[in-house]
Amino acid sequence: MSALDTSQFAATYREEASELLGDLETSLLELESRPDDEDLVARVFRALHTIKGSGAMFGFNDIAAFTHALETAFDEVRQGHIPASREIVSLALEGKDLIRAMLEGDADLGKEARERVITALQQITSPAHAAPKSPPPAPKPPEEPARTYRVTFRPNHDILQDGTNPLGLFPELLELGRGEVTATTADVPKLEDIEPEHCYLSWDAIVTTSRGMGAVRDVFIFVEDRGALEVRVVDDGTETGDYKRLGEILVDRGQLSGEALDSALAARPKLGAILEEKGLASREAVAAALKEQQIVRSARADRAKAAQHDGQSVRVPAEKLDALVDLVGELVIAEARLRQVAARCDDPELFTISEDVERLSAELRDNTLNLRMVQIGSTFNRFKRLVRDLSGELSKQIELVTEGAETELDKTVIERLGDPLVHIIRNSCDHGIESPAVREASKKPATGTVTLKAYQSGPNVVIEIQDDGAGLNPEAIREKAVARGLIEADAKLSEHDLYQLIFVAGFSTASAVSALSGRGVGMDVVKRSVEALRGSIELESRRGLGTTIRIKLPLTLAIIDGLLVSVGDGRYVLPMSLVEECVEITKEGVDQAHGSHLVPVRGELVPYLRLREWFREGGDRPPIEQVAIASAEGMRLGFAVDDVIGQQQTVIKTLGKMYGDTEGLSGATILGDGTVALIVDVAGVIRTLTTSSPPPV
Amino acid sequence: MSKKIMAVDDSASVRQVQKFVLSSAGFEVLEAKDGKEALARLTTTPVNLILTDLNMPNLDGLGLIRGVRASAVNRLTPIIMITTESDDAKKREGKAAGATGWIVKPFTPDQLLAVVKKVLG
Repeated sequence: MSALDTSQFAATYREEASELLGDLETSLLELESRPDDEDLVARVFRALHTIKGSGAMFGFNDIAAFTHALETAFDEVRQGHIPASREIVSLALEGKDLIRAMLEGDADLGKEARERVITALQQITSPAHAAPKSPPPAPKPPEEPARTYRVTFRPNHDILQDGTNPLGLFPELLELGRGEVTATTADVPKLEDIEPEHCYLSWDAIVTTSRGMGAVRDVFIFVEDRGALEVRVVDDGTETGDYKRLGEILVDRGQLSGEALDSALAARPKLGAILEEKGLASREAVAAALKEQQIVRSARADRAKAAQHDGQSVRVPAEKLDALVDLVGELVIAEARLRQVAARCDDPELFTISEDVERLSAELRDNTLNLRMVQIGSTFNRFKRLVRDLSGELSKQIELVTEGAETELDKTVIERLGDPLVHIIRNSCDHGIESPAVREASKKPATGTVTLKAYQSGPNVVIEIQDDGAGLNPEAIREKAVARGLIEADAKLSEHDLYQLIFVAGFSTASAVSALSGRGVGMDVVKRSVEALRGSIELESRRGLGTTIRIKLPLTLAIIDGLLVSVGDGRYVLPMSLVEECVEITKEGVDQAHGSHLVPVRGELVPYLRLREWFREGGDRPPIEQVAIASAEGMRLGFAVDDVIGQQQTVIKTLGKMYGDTEGLSGATILGDGTVALIVDVAGVIRTLTTSSPPPV
Repeated sequence: MSKKIMAVDDSASVRQVQKFVLSSAGFEVLEAKDGKEALARLTTTPVNLILTDLNMPNLDGLGLIRGVRASAVNRLTPIIMITTESDDAKKREGKAAGATGWIVKPFTPDQLLAVVKKVLG
């Protein structure tokens, strides 16, 4: 710390002291006539006190020393020990003049006079207080050997009340030397019992310093009366022998009973100690080995902790989880009802509760759905065996590579995904990967690779099945599609569109039905399975390089984001993930379209259908209809409805056997007010439209 | 933001020194010439530290400490009292009234800063 020069303030002090001396004179003269006036005595004392105190600060040590004698005398007067006699006032007046002389000039002048005044004052004041009160400045403590101190500080709960920050003490303590501080938190009560202005901590510190016990205690000088402080020398800096054992330290600190230590030690002596005592290993060697042990142990402990954390799971029957998801679904519905009622009631308290319940049920929903998430890895493993068996059967060399086995998906999704994946992988092995001879001829490695990859992409999980086989032959597909009447002979289709034909029912590219791929089950079944999981599937292929099939699946099946719409009295839900936007059509617009069901959306005409007509809802169309533009099956379709109510969390309920096969419906949900809304199977509707009414030839 | 220290002393020169020393160390220094003026300001202005002389007209240091501890704004603010070596009883009284620490007058700038630092932690 740089020394700051305060001598520049000496002039201020002179001025101030001069004023104070003026006050002092007035007060003293008044005191002469009213010696019992306590206020006057106090004023005199204060003036002297300030002159003395400030004087010392600005280097006017003679003034300070002399004024001290006067101050002491008036302190006696103030406390009623001696009267404000004429004699003492006279001495004070004389003293005042002497102070002024000192302020203004040579301090040596009047030295004798000052000594006389001091002696006279000492004779007046009581002997107990007359002793010169200038304690010799504490000599700088001689440098001591570095000792190690154990400091325990247990503050009172109320230590914070006087502005003390106990945390500041320990950095200060550690400025004295090397040490360690441990906070004890055992006394911290439960959160609800905590008084925020109470201190519940206590501290144990070890510090090694050569500054002495006094310096250590001085750190705590302001807080000694605010807690229990214990400072003990635990190492006096001369001892060179071994320090106490852990147990002994603990007993010494009163943190372990002697009996407890004995019983613990009875177990067996430490090997290191034996080796060391018998001279079989050096102390350093044992210490180094112990250090190694300690470090390795802690590293292993960390690993064990992590492993324990990983493996800490509870096996729960799947039905229980399903039941839980059902219940959460019910809760979400009940919560929606509560929200509706709260919105109606205009009761702020109820509204707050409803908001809380909404937040909690959303968290509960997410957590519960998360419980059903399982890693896809287990499913991946079964394909290894499949590919191995297929290789033998097909006389091909095929390797299965899996990536992203840790990707999580809803348990139900994974279960239902197994069969489609088996089918796709069989196809890849059977039709995709060439025989080793063919592969070598086309300069590919003899061993073909099928890669099974899973990864999360936004709210979806993507599963890719990729092979490095021959790829699809677009011409062969075209021929077959034409032969099977799927497309016209002169239909102009891009390569990509041609590839998607393999998902159409009844299409098979294998010229011979192999035993493995099975008969009559095509990629259309795979596609339907994926769509039943509200997923989508697409295919990419490059001739000679291979084929990639990409399946996109929602993370969970139980609850979706839905767009709630109304048609007459009916309520319907469109899966939000498929809805692109909403547009309006007016009666005039419809009239002008001359019966064509097309709506302009950003410069493009999009076909639409009326849910009213599809589901045969009664009632009249409103003058302005809303059209929700959805996209599925590679095309866009508008769904004209009376009104778009809004977005909402939709708990999917199955329709049961009776309605399970209803075209255009994939399920139902229960709304906040208890009514049922049907969930529109957008992809199903589009499929029905595109297959049942092929474009006129 | 620099920490605020309220320096209370009836001696202008002492305040001046305190202000010089503390502002050189980066503190913002507010001044009051006695306990009454200080308390009036401290009931509305939160500060990080109060440095007060004990012997002052109108309201002395002890009264100020009690007043501050009973106030809402600076109830838990550290207070350093400035004592003289002859004031041991006063020091104990001040501590009991809720002072955080003390510094003995005369003090050097370094001593003042050391105590301020000690109390501010």
